[in-house]
Amino acid sequence: MPGMPWPLPYPFDREYMQLALVAGVVVGATAPLIGAFLVQKRLSLMGDGLGHVAVAGVGAGLVFGTSPIWTALVVAVVAALAIEWLRARGAASGDLALALFFYGGIALGVVLAARSGTNTNLQPYLFGSILTVTASDVYGVIALGALIVIAMAVSGRALLAVVLDEETARVTGIPAGALNALLAVLTAVTVVAAMRVVGVLLVAAMMVLPVATSRQVARSFRTTVLGSAVIGVVCVVIGLAASRQWALAAGGAIVLVVTALFALASLLPRRRGGPPAEPSSLLSG
Amino acid sequence: MMAPPLLRAEGVSFAYGGDPVLDGVDLTVDAGEFAALVGPNGAGKSTLLRIALGLLAPQAGTVELFGKRPRQLRDRWRLGYVPQRPRFAPDLPATVEEVVAAGRLAKQGWWRRARRADRDAVTHAIESVALGNLRRRQMGELSGGQQQRVLIAKALASEPELLVLDEPVAGVDAAAQRLFRDSLVHLLREHGAGVLLVSHELGAVADDLDRVIVLKRRVVFDGPPGTLAETGVSLGIHADDLPQWLEDVVG
Repeated sequence: MPGMPWPLPYPFDREYMQLALVAGVVVGATAPLIGAFLVQKRLSLMGDGLGHVAVAGVGAGLVFGTSPIWTALVVAVVAALAIEWLRARGAASGDLALALFFYGGIALGVVLAARSGTNTNLQPYLFGSILTVTASDVYGVIALGALIVIAMAVSGRALLAVVLDEETARVTGIPAGALNALLAVLTAVTVVAAMRVVGVLLVAAMMVLPVATSRQVARSFRTTVLGSAVIGVVCVVIGLAASRQWALAAGGAIVLVVTALFALASLLPRRRGGPPAEPSSLLSG
Repeated sequence: MMAPPLLRAEGVSFAYGGDPVLDGVDLTVDAGEFAALVGPNGAGKSTLLRIALGLLAPQAGTVELFGKRPRQLRDRWRLGYVPQRPRFAPDLPATVEEVVAAGRLAKQGWWRRARRADRDAVTHAIESVALGNLRRRQMGELSGGQQQRVLIAKALASEPELLVLDEPVAGVDAAAQRLFRDSLVHLLREHGAGVLLVSHELGAVADDLDRVIVLKRRVVFDGPPGTLAETGVSLGIHADDLPQWLEDVVG
């Protein structure tokens, strides 16, 4: 990078579109990997909430003159661990503690950004600015994406065990607390990786809607997860192409494609049969 | 040296606030033994179970699993646990095979990929509860009884030495209870494991039990089912009538 080692056809023939394509494909493929577990844990809006918190990190980065991506990463990871700590102790059973983090985070971000004295505003982080990503941004996204893929390859099976039944997992020796913390941290990493692609306000859509779409047709948890990654990538490609063709806001266009695909999949009949017949006995004695 | 019991609780007491739930309870389960823990609602069964599994610490007394304090037990896959009711979300896309394979993780190492022996153990566990033809079905497609058997297969997949089941047949029809009984007998016979069953409905397994423990804050009966039957109590009694005869036994 910059640019691809081989020419790509329109609409990806320009360098800025190729950088956007690489960053978008990485986020499109990895965000649903995390989302699949959040959906099953009924934490679909966790990504949305951490996106709000990450804004405080962006504001801090602008004030201190460092890269907002990395300060956002630190703040989002700390907040994710704090939220998981509260959730595990039942202290965040209502939405109040989470709301304190989420809205406190975005408010702090707005205040810090205004104090930074730079001309940078928060809009690229709130709504994404994928068409302006630099090669350095893309390298950062690839590194975070690789971290997510490796972590899921190692811990995905155990995370499923925790999602299925946390108490039984604990009883039989699966480190459920550590895995829940890992999922929280990976959610924060995903939010930050997706920040320049679709923005923190739309990141939850990339984590959740491809999973909900894939679930309509997949026949197992594994195919749901892999299918959602494929759907995420396809939506990014179509959304980016549409944004170039019709001069649309790229982040919004990508999420609109994801939403439309989910709406279409929801119309499909589910391939579900009733409980099958049973044998009456296994053993004679 | 004689092997320690799989589970030993001695003088276990516990109270929620000022209300005592367990008072000096002793309980053991040995290898190859099929024990049932029964008692009326509020007798302390669930609390005793949570203490035995290491999810709750007793306020007095001691608990040992495989000769060790629950918090010190490292190879916890030796313990199988079937919770009270399936808690699967209706939209869970996981298949029977994926759910049962999750039960094998503690033994195979949660970070490792499944090896041949792990895949064989999962297949064996699924077949032992007669769900071989449904292994690729999603959980939401199964009946309540079938889901319960998936949970039993999940617990069997790690080839546990002690299987603890909490009200596993509540609300399950008679045919499913027969299959449930067969899978427990399979575990006892084939693997020599110990089984501790907490249930209101012992009819399906009455003939296979080695011991019945009646709990009402303390252990009020602990012995073979035949001895309990001599008191005029039938283990095939319907759950609704169970509290009454337990009152009679306690009285």
